[in-house]
Amino acid sequence: MFVRFGLALFAAFGLAGNPAQAQNPISVRGVTLTSVSAAIPEGNSVYPGGAAAQAINANCVACHSTAMVLMQPNMNEATWKAEVAKMRAVFKAPVDDADIPAIVAYLVQTKGAK
Amino acid sequence: MILQRSRPPLLETPFEVFDRGVFTPNDQFYVRWHWSQIPTAIDVQSFRLAVRGHVNQGLSLTLADILALPRVELAAVNQCSGNSRGLFQPRVAGGQWANGAMGNARWTGVRLRDVLDKAGVKAGAVQVRFNGLETPVVPEAPDFLKSLALDHARDGEVMIAFQMNGEQLPLLNGFPLRLVVPGWYATYWVKMLFDIEVLDKPDDNFWMKTAYLIPNTPGANVRPGQAGFGSVPINRMVPRSFFTNVVEGQKIAGRAMLPVRGMAFGGDCGVRQVELSSDGGKTWTLTTLGRDEGGYSFRRWDTTIAAPPSGTLELMVRCTNTKAETQPLAANWNPAGFMRNVVETVRVSVS
Repeated sequence: MFVRFGLALFAAFGLAGNPAQAQNPISVRGVTLTSVSAAIPEGNSVYPGGAAAQAINANCVACHSTAMVLMQPNMNEATWKAEVAKMRAVFKAPVDDADIPAIVAYLVQTKGAK
Repeated sequence: MILQRSRPPLLETPFEVFDRGVFTPNDQFYVRWHWSQIPTAIDVQSFRLAVRGHVNQGLSLTLADILALPRVELAAVNQCSGNSRGLFQPRVAGGQWANGAMGNARWTGVRLRDVLDKAGVKAGAVQVRFNGLETPVVPEAPDFLKSLALDHARDGEVMIAFQMNGEQLPLLNGFPLRLVVPGWYATYWVKMLFDIEVLDKPDDNFWMKTAYLIPNTPGANVRPGQAGFGSVPINRMVPRSFFTNVVEGQKIAGRAMLPVRGMAFGGDCGVRQVELSSDGGKTWTLTTLGRDEGGYSFRRWDTTIAAPPSGTLELMVRCTNTKAETQPLAANWNPAGFMRNVVETVRVSVS
């Protein structure tokens, strides 16, 4: 999932300050700090796969874009189960118990150890 | 940039950037956030940095207050703990970085020590904890907090930076203030720093106690599946060196004189030497080091090798730092994919 983007990405990610916000900068002894604002892209929030992706789409897009998952290496079912459990227990993702088997099934189908 | 993930942002520096100079441009500097709620606007007039906890006098500093303190400048490498994780075998979960989750910049700021002294650290303080403005979507999730031992925080080198390569920090690299912890992995370099808390007992928050731990084995190296080793918070960096003008599989003309160059860094100290092998590690020769920008910076190395008439050249590069630590020939492995620093190898084909 290594995708290269050009300069538009730097701008989209606000890697430079926005001069439109340059009111009231702070300047002390030769250093000036200027207010910045920038949009941070949301990224993709829909996992591919239609019905098979329903559970993951319902539970796993609020905190991170789909690339978080789709960039991962292929891993076996036990590892994916543990990842989902960690998202719930440690990172407090409000994942519905009833949806866990379908989420794990999707992960194994999409990014399972071959 | 190489887009690994949009939300929270993970952007990797394309490796060719490192061939252009030892300082990584701000708009090509890798980006890594833990939580997706990141302020998209920072107003320099209303921003405040709090200093509180086990201190005589809590502070709420404006940016003007900080800019008025004595300034320091330092060149230092910022490297993600998981830089190169995508190269681990067997593969491990996490950001699948190649080698571009690092960068080197000239940081300008104020000493953390001066800011702590302004508040007056009370007797009995043991650690200093740092918080940035990023927050989790789910409020119950663990806020990203990192701590340093008090003596480290007061060593005069740990810095609150307001400039990077002579310009204010880009938003995604932590505008307006970022902690700079020279020689230590970037997990401690808290971005959008707004809160400093002096602690009178060791920090047991998730990001210190559970996450960012390495095996306490030499090189943070364990066998896949191995259990029963102790763990410690990741800390100082280790030496690394890279080729920047030759890549795996490159074709070169036989008998050519091949200029080979790259950069190296010592980890938490300077580079003593960088050696090149063109016979798969049997023999090593010293390369010429470039200008010394300070012990925490990238350092350029250069050499020229004579290509044979034909065949494959296996080129390896290794750095030895000023503490006499050398990169290992075999890659380390650990479950979180931290601290890779194996000797890099590229094969070029000669015809």
